[in-house]
Amino acid sequence: MNESVSQAVAKAAAARPRHAFGEELLRQARRPFPWLVVAFTLVCGLVPYLADDVGLRESLLLAAVYVTLASNLNLMIGFAGYVNFGNIVFFGLGGYIGVYLATAWHVNLVLASLAAGILVGFLAYLFGLGILRLRGAFFALATIGVNEAIRAFVTNFEPWGGATGIYLSMDAYEPLGGPMNGLWICYFLLVAVMGLSLLLGYAIKTSKFGLGLLAIGQNEDAAAVLGVPTPRYKAIIYSVSGFFPAVAGSLYFFKSGIIEPTSAFDLTASIESIVMLMLGGAQTVTGPVIGAFLYEELRGYLLVSQTFSHFQLVLAGALLLIIVLFVPGGFMGWLHGRLPRLRRWLE
Amino acid sequence: MIGILASVIDGVLVGAVYGLAAMGLTLIWGVMNVINLSHGAIIVLGMFVVYFLTSATGASAYLGVPLVLALGFAAGVVIYWISVNRVIGQPILMSLLATFSLNMVIIGLGTAAWTTSPYNVPVSLPGISVRGYTFTGTHIMAALIAVVIAAALYLFLRYTRPGKAIRAVASNRDAAELNGIPTRQVLSMAFGLGVALACVSGALIATLFPFTVLSGGSYQLKSFVVTVLGGLGNPAGALMGGIALGVVEGLATPFTPVSWTPIIEFGLFVITLIAFPRGIFAFSRA
Repeated sequence: MNESVSQAVAKAAAARPRHAFGEELLRQARRPFPWLVVAFTLVCGLVPYLADDVGLRESLLLAAVYVTLASNLNLMIGFAGYVNFGNIVFFGLGGYIGVYLATAWHVNLVLASLAAGILVGFLAYLFGLGILRLRGAFFALATIGVNEAIRAFVTNFEPWGGATGIYLSMDAYEPLGGPMNGLWICYFLLVAVMGLSLLLGYAIKTSKFGLGLLAIGQNEDAAAVLGVPTPRYKAIIYSVSGFFPAVAGSLYFFKSGIIEPTSAFDLTASIESIVMLMLGGAQTVTGPVIGAFLYEELRGYLLVSQTFSHFQLVLAGALLLIIVLFVPGGFMGWLHGRLPRLRRWLE
Repeated sequence: MIGILASVIDGVLVGAVYGLAAMGLTLIWGVMNVINLSHGAIIVLGMFVVYFLTSATGASAYLGVPLVLALGFAAGVVIYWISVNRVIGQPILMSLLATFSLNMVIIGLGTAAWTTSPYNVPVSLPGISVRGYTFTGTHIMAALIAVVIAAALYLFLRYTRPGKAIRAVASNRDAAELNGIPTRQVLSMAFGLGVALACVSGALIATLFPFTVLSGGSYQLKSFVVTVLGGLGNPAGALMGGIALGVVEGLATPFTPVSWTPIIEFGLFVITLIAFPRGIFAFSRA
């Protein structure tokens, strides 16, 4: 495994001609997977709208957020092999920036969300340059530290409402044509972010950059020796993996109408996205989708059930342990093992 | 001046207990290259064992120490065979996730059983007063027990057969296996020892400060800071690192609000890792 990736990197570096961007796009468009993602996104977006089912919309909205988180986490854990325990910091910080811009400065929601994504991506790059010098468990602990430090900062930051957070008034939804309309718009945007996250995951997985990341995940020193610019790649992927979660956070908290530090920087949500990722299968693009939907179903069931509602964390932990010990490839790993031909269709 | 000296001495006393906790972490790390992210949860289990022992029997908390050690060892061996054995030798990601999931299970069960309200273990020991400064009896006693256990661990690793087997497995697992050492059993014993140390440090911490189910996280962070200060996989360095951290905390407490402590520790952690990747007290490996 180890060797094959290193060889593949060397081959890709030596043999593959540099495609122009347009050519590359055409090449990708001939493959089935991107179209599958587009179709899936459209179905998710349109079905609740056409059926006019608000309940379905709410549950799909949560699933879209989960997919976005798990799929971007996959870029770090699945590809680069770095465990980011504090990935929720992107989501929370993006939420704060977006909601603040949209309410205090009356910035258009889409622009505010994009600004949140870019700003968080930039901050992640800066943080990444520092903490990515750490490896393994040290990096994992440092990411928890980043989350806690930013939570502590936001809790004491008065312009963002300190510990009470920011509440949105009904007027905030006026530019979107009232609250009813606004919720639908937020939903469509979140589903679009989910689709774009999946396409991003696919693009990275099939690129030379992605191959370099996989090499880092397998053996960082060997990758560096073979010419993968490891510090730069790691900082870039840490920053990129923060962009869409931040945009999603901005949309999600705008839609919720309230953002406060405890729920924005909830470490449990971070861990849950790791569980989803491992459940669906790390290193695949489809895995996070399957993991997120399965986990959301499971969680919905557990929260309603009388016996298990207190044991959400226990069951999530037990599930994670079983996956790690017995099916480290997750659902997609298992499926690919069973049906090797499927690899060509479901990345 | 004498006030600062008193803070330093108290820091040394508390730091010895931190060192004991970190020793559990660093032993497992050094022997099997597994980072035990359920360390904090296990420390909390030690705290609750002592709490229930003292509240049920009314006995002194210190009498419970041998029992905590034994229970911790048994628990550690069981944990090893359930969740660690299969991830030995796999990428670090797997052992991180396996021990972390264990952490979630323990914390989740603990929260369900004991809620997150604070507990404390009542201990009364006479302190020692010097020129108006009192050194709490519990701190002195905890530090003494920590040092005795650390010394016992050292002697065990240095002079006994199983201790030598642990060191052999730590330095080269394949060669140890070839020489007829049952490495998996030795690994499970080392894991058991590490967990026992974590439990007993939890028991000692419970006699010093009030605690909740969620306290484990902060002691886990302290253990990691101590471990990197002392050098990875180096139990003797861990005690020194623990004392150093205790002194830093003791000196910082009068000047900074308590909520800053984790930030100071976290900063110390990152700076040490970047500036002294081998640890400040990195002597030759035990």
